Amino acid sequence: MAEEKACNASSPDAEANRQHNEARRDFLKQSSILTALALAPATVLKAADSKWDEKVAEKFEKVPLTLEINGKKVQLSVEPRVTLLDLLREQLDLTGTKKGCDYGQCGACTVHSDGERINACLTFAVMQEGKKITTIEGLADGEKLHPMQEAFVKHDGFQCGYCTPGQIMSAVACIREGHANSEDEIREYMSGNICRCGAYSNIVNAITEVKNGGQKV
Amino acid sequence: MNQFQYVRAAKPKAAIEALAKDPAAMFIAGGTNMIDLMKRGVMAPEKLVDINKLPLRKIGKERKSISIGALALNSAVAEDKLVQEKLPLLAQALNAGASAQLRNMATVGGNLMQRTRCPYFYDTAMPCNKREPGTGCGALEGHNRMHAIFGHSEKCIATNPSDMSVALAALEATVRVSGPKGERTIRFDDFHRLPGNNPEVDTNLQRGELILSVEVPDNPYHKHLHYLKIRERASYAFALVSVAAALDLDGNTIKSARLAMGGVAHKPWRLFEAEKMLAGKPATEATFRQAVEAAFQGAKAFEHNAFKLKMGPNVVVQALKTAAGIA
Repeated sequence: MAEEKACNASSPDAEANRQHNEARRDFLKQSSILTALALAPATVLKAADSKWDEKVAEKFEKVPLTLEINGKKVQLSVEPRVTLLDLLREQLDLTGTKKGCDYGQCGACTVHSDGERINACLTFAVMQEGKKITTIEGLADGEKLHPMQEAFVKHDGFQCGYCTPGQIMSAVACIREGHANSEDEIREYMSGNICRCGAYSNIVNAITEVKNGGQKV
Repeated sequence: MNQFQYVRAAKPKAAIEALAKDPAAMFIAGGTNMIDLMKRGVMAPEKLVDINKLPLRKIGKERKSISIGALALNSAVAEDKLVQEKLPLLAQALNAGASAQLRNMATVGGNLMQRTRCPYFYDTAMPCNKREPGTGCGALEGHNRMHAIFGHSEKCIATNPSDMSVALAALEATVRVSGPKGERTIRFDDFHRLPGNNPEVDTNLQRGELILSVEVPDNPYHKHLHYLKIRERASYAFALVSVAAALDLDGNTIKSARLAMGGVAHKPWRLFEAEKMLAGKPATEATFRQAVEAAFQGAKAFEHNAFKLKMGPNVVVQALKTAAGIA
């Protein structure tokens, strides 16, 4: 599903986005040409003469990027200032990963990078070059939920659900790291995921059950 | 966020050259503090040199020290067997900082370079001499609950937010750096600065210098130690006050002591005098109390952080008691 979504550019939203992006690109092209003129007149003037505007602008705007997202290799061209979180949500339509605070304080954007949990809001996508990213969309095995997802359902590990994708990605990593050996340890190592509904005790129960169940996570 | 150019450096030399060429360029490693500051408009580098591919992640035993690469992740250092065995104070301090996710991103070098979390520094609508020299200090007569009680100036009363650095200060680490003029080593106590008249300068790292590693000398402080951090919730918050305490004991007698505090100054704050007073004395609550009270003679608080004058000594005594096993 996620893969299809990532490639689908024909929805009305995507079309509006495309138009918006193009308008923005035109502006950026002009402004980066101006910047380029200020920085390196000789080469850029030459480029402008030869109608290489597009290529010069591209150089300032976009960086090629290869990632593996939920098992699928993707080749992209992104602005350096795009965070991994914004890339996932805005460009790849993987909206399972949530934007809470956008400053690394809430954990709603937790994903795995080469198997380690990180805050997707505090890394530029280009810094993840070559990494394997797993989001909440990549956790289940087809229609079969991951044991941690099942445990969250069973134990009511959420109310509004907004922090849940981040909680689950963090919870899986917490067990893999070997930091789920007691309720206190779980609380400490899950402290980077804030739940404003206060489902903490049920989250701890869900993690404890998966840990004690011994299933492969 | 402002647009910026982005380049990746494959070797330390290339990274240093990239910065030397461009005065508006900065290094980026984990990015956990820098991207936060860029989003808020506090920092706006025109060019970022990504140093994550540099081979600076190694943690290993040297002849008389343990060397920790500048790009070693905070989590990797805290989980490292050698660090846990020989530098448990550092492991404790690292695990007291940030969250599991952030520790998986943040590097040792970046941790050394992180900026204060003073709310006036973070809010571009507010005056702040550190962010914008000459605009004044908003915290001096403002909301200063989190602020310094040692070493502050009328220009700046911010604190250094690092836990890791408090342990490294206590362990007398050195910082190995490389720059356009070659390599040099900086004593930990000389690495971070007090604010004085130039609070915009956090460290004595020179423009264009790259941190290569932190070297922690072999030491006897791996048996009796404790990192105690007091914060407004049980985990994942910056310190109101923190203490790295370590003792080398001969029976009940203190051969030597190391004490450094976080959350109280613009840099990790060593309690040199208290350390001296403790040497040769019995490890009792009374000696601890006496030494720490002497160390707090020079403390000066502000409207909202006077509690630190009482909390600070209590936290030091508690950490020493735990370290000595008499808590």
